[in-house]
Parts: sequence; C-alpha cells; structure tokens
Amino acid sequence: MKRLVALFEAIDTTTSTKNKVTHLAEYFRAAPPADAIWTLYYFLGRKQKRLVKRKMIQEAVQELSGLPDWLFEESYSAVGDLAETIALLTETIGPKALSDVPLHIWVQDRLPSLSKLPDEAQKDRLKQWWRELSTEEVFILTKLLTGGFRSGVSERLVIRGLVEAFQWDEAVLSEKLIGDWPITDEWFLTLGSAQREGLSLYPYPFFLASPTDDDPGLLGDISEFAVEWKWDGIRSQIVKREGQVAIWSRGEELISQSFPELIAMAGTLPDGTVLDGEILAYEGDTARAFANLQKRLQRKKVSDKMVKDNPVVFFGFDCLQWAGLDLRDQTLKQRRETLDKAVREFAHPTLRASHLIHCQTWADLFELRKESRSRQVEGLMLKRWNSVYQMGRKKGDWWKWKIDPMTLDAVMLYAQAGHGKRANLYTDYTFGLWKDQTLVPFAKAYSGLSNEEINKLDAWIRKHTLERFGPVRSVMPLKVFEIAFEGIALSPRHKAGIAVRFPRILRERLDKKPEDADSLASAMELLNAPTVQS
Amino acid sequence: MSTVQPRVPLISVTPRGLYCARGDFYIDPWEGVDVALITHAHSDHAREGSRLYHITQPSLSIIKRRLGADGVYNTHIYGEPFTLGDVLVSFHPAGHILGSAQIRLECEGEVWVVSGDYKRDYDPTCMPFEVVPCDVFITESTFGLPVFVWKSIAEEAEAIYRWWQKNKDLGRNSILACYALGKSQRVLHALQEFTNQPVLLHGATQALVDLYREQGVPLIATEAAADYGKGTKGQLILAPPAAITSVWARKFGPFESGFASGWMRIRGNRRRKAYDQGFVISDHADWPALIQTVRETGAKKIYVTHGYTDELSRFLNEQGHSAEPLETLFAREEDA
Ligand SMILES: [Zn+2]
Ligand SMILES: [Zn+2]
Repeated sequence: MKRLVALFEAIDTTTSTKNKVTHLAEYFRAAPPADAIWTLYYFLGRKQKRLVKRKMIQEAVQELSGLPDWLFEESYSAVGDLAETIALLTETIGPKALSDVPLHIWVQDRLPSLSKLPDEAQKDRLKQWWRELSTEEVFILTKLLTGGFRSGVSERLVIRGLVEAFQWDEAVLSEKLIGDWPITDEWFLTLGSAQREGLSLYPYPFFLASPTDDDPGLLGDISEFAVEWKWDGIRSQIVKREGQVAIWSRGEELISQSFPELIAMAGTLPDGTVLDGEILAYEGDTARAFANLQKRLQRKKVSDKMVKDNPVVFFGFDCLQWAGLDLRDQTLKQRRETLDKAVREFAHPTLRASHLIHCQTWADLFELRKESRSRQVEGLMLKRWNSVYQMGRKKGDWWKWKIDPMTLDAVMLYAQAGHGKRANLYTDYTFGLWKDQTLVPFAKAYSGLSNEEINKLDAWIRKHTLERFGPVRSVMPLKVFEIAFEGIALSPRHKAGIAVRFPRILRERLDKKPEDADSLASAMELLNAPTVQS
Repeated sequence: MSTVQPRVPLISVTPRGLYCARGDFYIDPWEGVDVALITHAHSDHAREGSRLYHITQPSLSIIKRRLGADGVYNTHIYGEPFTLGDVLVSFHPAGHILGSAQIRLECEGEVWVVSGDYKRDYDPTCMPFEVVPCDVFITESTFGLPVFVWKSIAEEAEAIYRWWQKNKDLGRNSILACYALGKSQRVLHALQEFTNQPVLLHGATQALVDLYREQGVPLIATEAAADYGKGTKGQLILAPPAAITSVWARKFGPFESGFASGWMRIRGNRRRKAYDQGFVISDHADWPALIQTVRETGAKKIYVTHGYTDELSRFLNEQGHSAEPLETLFAREEDA
C-alpha cells in the first residue's frame, strides 16, 4: 500500500509528463504483479463499486474527532474532496502506529469484508484501521471505499509507463487493455505477449481529431482532405464479431443497450466488422438536438416507445475492419471506399455514410462553414485522404475546425466553492439574464478564467455576499460576464426555460453595467435561429 | 430610579479599521489615521499614511523599511504599559514574526486583547506567544477549520532539505516560494540543523534577512541569487511567491518549484497553484492552537476576525464560549 501512496504522491507533485511516466515505470517494475494489476485497474479509471456509505465513513471520523455535522461540512467545502477531508481529520487522533498491508490484500479481502458488517461494526473497523494508516493511505483507501479513485494521469500515460518499464508493444497493450479483463497477477504477466485470445468485442483505440484555428490553409491543399460536418452526436464504434454486436462510446464505454435498433442493424453486417462514426438524433432528413440523444443514454433499458419517439441513425465515417480484415493501415481514401460500398449494399435506414463536402478552395469552405449553426453542427472535420487510422489524439492528419460559440452578457448571481483542484475558492458561478425587472439564472459556468482572475473574483465574492446557503453564496448583482456556449435548447426543467451546452466564461465585461446585460428575450432569439435540413 | 448603562465597547469596527474611542487610536488601520497601533510589519497590517505609529521595539527596523524612515514611530518594549487617553496600552509577543505583538488595552477595569496574527508553534526567530488573560479577546482565524493542523517545522524543514538534495542530484535548482518576511527566516533558521550549504536569496528576501541578522537571529549562510547567473545548478533559492512566475526565475532553469504555506495542507491548493511541491509551514495558529488560545485567555467574549470567522465563532459558541464574527476588511491571506 505504501508503494501505491508513494506513486500517487510522486505523480501528484510533478507537473512534468515525462516525470509522471518515469514514476509509473518505476512503480510497475518494483511492485509485485498481484498489486500492479490493481494499480493498473484503478489508474485506467475502471468502474469501481462503492463499498460503504459515505455517511458511515463521515460518522466514524466525526465520532473520532468530536466534530459537529456542520463543521464537517464546512471542512469538506474548504477541502473540496471527501476522502481528503476524512484523511486530514483522522490526524486529530494524534500519532499512529504505522503498518504496511499490500494493496491486493486491501482491495481483495479487507475492503470487501467491511461492506458485509453492520454499520456500527464498520465504523469500529475503520477507526481501528485509521490508527495504523498514514494520512495519505487513509486518503487513497477512502477513495477506493467510495468508488471515487482518480489517478490524475491519462490512460495513455499509464500505458507509456508500462511500455517504459517492460518495453512492451504500445499498440498491443492499448488494445488488450480495452474492455473487460481479469484482475490477476497471471494476466498482468501476459500483458506483454502479442496475441489476443478468444472472442473480442473490443473496439479499436479511437483516433481523435485535434483542434485547428482559423487558417486551415496552412495545412496544405484542400484536395488532400476529406471534409465533413462536425455533428453534435456520440462518437462511437460499432463492432460485429462472431455473430455478436457491441457499440462503444469514445470513452470506451459500452452503450449498446441504449440503441437496440442499431444493434439490430449491425447484426446484418458481416463478421469481423468495425465501423467508426457518430450516432445522431435524426428524424426524416433532419438532425435533432443532442438532448434527444441524452434521453436514450440516461435509460438503462430503452423502451420501444423511446426508440420511436427519439429516432437515431449511425453516420459512419470510417471502416476499421471489414470481413475480418484490419483496415487501419490503409489510407482513408481506401477505407472510405469500403465504407461507402458497405452502406450501399446493406441499405439500412439507420446506417448512413457521412456527407462529404466538396469545395474547390479554402475560401469557399470558409463561407460554407458559416452555415454551421443553422445546420446544427459544431463546424467542420478535415481528414487527410492519405492518412492511416492512428491511436489517440495525434496531431497532423485529423483536424476539427469549430465555429465560434454563441455569446451572451450575463450578470453573476451565485457563487459556489469549487471541488478538487479548485477547492477552497469560489469558482463555480451562476449567471442570470433579465426578464422584466428581475434576473433569472440561465447558466452555470466554472471554466474560462485564469487562476489570478479566480483569486480576485473569490475575494470580491466574499466581500459582496448577500446570503449564504451552505456552500453557495448569493452575491450582489454587479458584475457582468460574457458567457460563451455551443448550443441552446428549450428546457422546461430550467428556471429560464432554456438550457445551454458547454457554457464558459469568455471575459468579464468591465465596460458594462448590470442593466446592460442581455435579456432572456435575446437568448430566445438565438434559439429561433433557423433549422435547416442537411 | 436608576438605569444601568450598557457599556460602550472599548473597540469598534469603523470604515478605517478597529478604533478605540477612549484612547482615540486605531489598531492596524487600513488607511492613514492620526494615531495607529501596529501589531506587526506585514503589509496588510502595517499601512502607510498615519501621522504617528506605536510599534514594538524589535519591529522598528522592518517597519521603517516598509513604511519609510521619516515616519514618526514610538517604540515600546513587550509588556511595558503606556497610556493613551483613558486607556492603558501594552504590547505582548504574538509568536507570528519578529516584533509581532498582541495589543492589550485596559480601561475601567476591563481588559481587551487584539491578537493580530499569531501562532503557538516553535519559532526561535521571534519571541514566543504569551497568553494574556483578558475579558474580551479579538482573535484571528486564518486557518480556523479542523483540517488545518501543522506538522513540526523540523519535519517540514527536513522535507525541504531532502527535496533540495534530490533536485541537486538531478542537476536542477529548487526555488522555494516563501513569504519574504517571517517565513523565509524561519525556514533559514530551521535548515541549520540539516546542512551548512549556503542558500540563495531573491533581493526582496535578502533585505529582510539582513534585518533579522542585525537583531542577532542565527540563520543559515546565504548568498544573493543575483550574483549567480545562467548555468547555476543544485541550489536552493528562496523568493517571494510572485517572483517564481516572473522572468527572474527563468535564468535558474531547470528548476523545481515549491511553496511553503499553510494552504499547502490541502491537495487542491497544491494543484491549483501549480507548484511541484508544497510544504505545510504557516506563521498562523492552526485549529488546535486557536481553540487552546481562546480557552487559555479566559475571555468572556471572543470576537473572530481575519479568516474563517463564521465557522470558528459558531464552534466556540457550541463549546460554551460567547463568540461573534467581526467583519473587517482583512482579506484572505493567500501566502500565509
Ligand atoms: Zn501577518
Ligand atoms: Zn494578517
């Protein structure tokens, strides 16, 4: 356990990617495989069950430290992280007798056994453990108990750490680590071997586009690129192997159950097929708002009515495997031909090939891009025709050329203390628009300001608080900010009657007084922007 | 028929700061006034523009440096009372930085103590905190939550030393962001136990280190960072937090950065500040020290200022004290 703590702290205390990889490599080389496999599991962000109730852990630490509920909550709101709050408060018991139990004993035996005990016995067991654990160990174990462990490094860095430790093949590794695998020391030791055994419905690692700014002309001649609209859907791979189908989101989450009609469609494809594309809410020939897709994702089980009311299609833009053949080393041009042929032959209403846009010059494309908003797309995708299908976000061949966001000037109404990275500071803000003589909250935003601006704003908020409700403060409606967002839709669940996507702060409008801020009516105008068929 | 006159509080909060009408003076006023009593030389407490300053003897050279040599300063020895109007005033050690004081006011048999910033931890660079029994205690609360518990300075100084040596082995410098007044000197004192390699100082820190040395505070050998150029390797360099992100730091690359602050107790702060390392060192009282101090003063009434005012006063009330937040203009201390 101490070795994992040391790794976690080492990663936490360096900002350099290279050092993080080195720390990971050192860890994997030194740790016994039985522990290493668990570290790998958690560092790859695998789903963890919550083993005990948060409330129970909280009560145990309060009993230990003699603190009232509200003071625990205040501490939590200052620290911004439950496990860390608990860990820090266990120090109130004074010096501890430290022991070192291996990680796999903790996660295979000790932690699961805790969840079988009655509440009071759970608390006693926790208090007993805490006396033998350093603050940092309490922190990590509490994270594991509550299912909230985050390593703070990307999947890619973890894989690079393994590669550096054992000189394993990166591509094979990343493929093996997708989907489910056994958490055993034997399996950890086989990670380096090249074959993959048995039936696999795993997707290929996704190739991701990099953002480009306003001059794609620098990328080369427009004829070198496949140009597509950037749809606001769910990027996914459909996998058909040995008679079975799986649909995976970009986050490598299995989303098959949300889209029964796509599963049925893919069942007709030949075995050994992987299509890459975008799932879109689509009716007739018109794309619909992302909210319609979300309804599908939120359900565990999707009813027939849900399928009928919220129709979707799969817009394929790439074919990664066809009839058992891995096509990823072919050029996009070749893969696209296979895709187009498949879509034609298997003519199915829910399977389409993405539209290719043909423009002679970048200038023409620039003009066309202005239609993005009315077409309900986020901009354009530019993919080099002669590129192979790579892994992850590799710059050079796939680009996304997004349109500028919509903006409104709004007044800050509430502030809430941030969590995690920005604990202890007021960093989450709610903004309002005018409706008659009052300000109606319309968006929450927490990104877009520099640390320095956040610090200043934090001090301002503390001095201009009107009321406090737990971690939230209402502030004097004096400050105007320009808020950017990607989309806007009607939403009866929100007070303002509208909901915006990806709201963020562009800047403070020091030149504007609160009365100069936008009204709900101007937001409604954005909503009524024409919707055009694609 | 006789009516009982409710007593007018000896100190009130005014737009210019804490004011004592019976003695016609302010304590740590935030703008220029006629007569100002200063608890210590940090810039949020000692501000320019007042006609006459009452300060402690050991803080004179520092305050002169910060507020100018031509101000009018009446200096006082710890514990020696003097009279202002109807009020008997005395300064008592606060254990915060060199020359820092609590201010005791006595008027018609009632005693008030204004703590200023204070700590109870070991710090041989200044006089240790003295418990001053009083009726009314105005306490700071910068770190007034139970998650703030300090380790010993020796433990953190050792961590700084190890970090420095690790970076040295890798051919890197270590730049430690450290409040120039008080904390830097405390670190330089504590490092003596681990090494006699000299530590490099940013110019702003250097000036204050010299003033500590003049008063006989023993510190590890130091040299001016300005005398070292590009290619410097394996050095520990102390600098004010603002300097680390400035061009000044660039010539010392490659380096790792560290920050010595009570806020580093919280992981989220460490990440947000983007320092490579955090060291939990503060010159303010931690939670146990705040509670202990309030208890030891025996005060019947406690006013809480400067930090987690609502939280600390609520807790004290639940513990059977009579406490109330005092809204002042002291901002959260980012570098504390
Ligand atoms: Zn201070
Ligand atoms: Zn202060």
